[in-house]
Amino acid sequence: MKQIKVLGSGCRNCEITANVIAQAAREAGTEVVIEKVTDIVEIMSYGVMSTPGVVVDGRLVHAGGIPAPELVRTWVRESVSE
Amino acid sequence: MFEALADAAAFGLLGLDPSTPAGAAVQFFVMDVAKIFVLLFVVIYVMGLLRAVVAPERVRAFVRGRPDWQARGLAVSLGAITPFCSCSSVPLFIGFVEAGIPLGVTFSFLIASPMINEVAAIVLVGILGWKLAALYVLAGLFVAWTGGVIMKRLRPERWVEDYVWKIRMGDAELPAPDTSFAGRHRYAMGEVREIVGRIWKWVLIGIGVGALFHGFVPAAWVSEYLGGDNWYTVPAAVVLGIPLYSNATGVIPVAEAMLGKGVAVGTTLALMMSVAALSLPEMLILRKVIRWPALALFASVLAIAFTLVGWGFNAIA
Repeated sequence: MKQIKVLGSGCRNCEITANVIAQAAREAGTEVVIEKVTDIVEIMSYGVMSTPGVVVDGRLVHAGGIPAPELVRTWVRESVSE
Repeated sequence: MFEALADAAAFGLLGLDPSTPAGAAVQFFVMDVAKIFVLLFVVIYVMGLLRAVVAPERVRAFVRGRPDWQARGLAVSLGAITPFCSCSSVPLFIGFVEAGIPLGVTFSFLIASPMINEVAAIVLVGILGWKLAALYVLAGLFVAWTGGVIMKRLRPERWVEDYVWKIRMGDAELPAPDTSFAGRHRYAMGEVREIVGRIWKWVLIGIGVGALFHGFVPAAWVSEYLGGDNWYTVPAAVVLGIPLYSNATGVIPVAEAMLGKGVAVGTTLALMMSVAALSLPEMLILRKVIRWPALALFASVLAIAFTLVGWGFNAIA
């Protein structure tokens, strides 16, 4: 199961990002756990300054703005870990 | 082309009389909506294609560890081409502090970034001509530079929240961007969607206010009260702009209408800068990292700087 974290202080774009990922996962039939990280200390620990950021299985894959749908689909595909 | 379209819509389609306030206001509104949104789409797309934007993470890496004047110069000029939404101010502030970048330099960046951006600058050229655009950008760079220098003198470290000093930041290893043409195109389209989606409301409100001003405020009243001769119009414009917030692009049509009616250049620039750079929501967000005395000083330093710039331009105009 994939662990996806959406880093952001709770702004609208972070909500949208989380929703986009949830929907892409449903369409791909992948089971994911989406966690919204609003704690600034944890957000900064990933080196992200421009939110929203996205972390898939512990690896930062995106920062700054709502990610493109094509990009999101690659995250929820089962074999993407590498 | 835009004028013909606006004339056709206001006077042809709606049958309004060009000499009435409503006719003038509607014509202004249609013309500016068409012009500004076309400019926005084109400019943002081209910028996206060139990837002419710089992420704050890269600004941090560029600026850290440099002598003060170099750091400030970079912060001010990169601030002008770094778009960030105000919800990112907190991570941005902490990221700069953690990198050991002086607070004065961080303030310079926080002033420059919302006030000047390449999209607003190009729209400004399209609507008000390059001279005014250059004045606005130069005034903005100047205020960002001096504002940061003055903030440094006031020792704002005293008011930074304790937890900010303790945060340790990881290294972001962002995936390399896709630089093929298809990748650039996709990125540029995403930028257009994202930025226009974020700012269209401010732009429409700005055009609406500009249209009402253009149609309904008599030029005689403007020259009596808002011409360059009354010293208090500049500070009044700055104070009016503090609680008001708009994106830098949204304030351009208001400035267009004001200048068209004969409001002095310095007064108009002061209002533009105050609306774009100083806002209550931004202050509330920054309150998470720094206490009120510093924010009050920050707002005062900016308000005084805008006023001086406004007076300066009114004096030489």
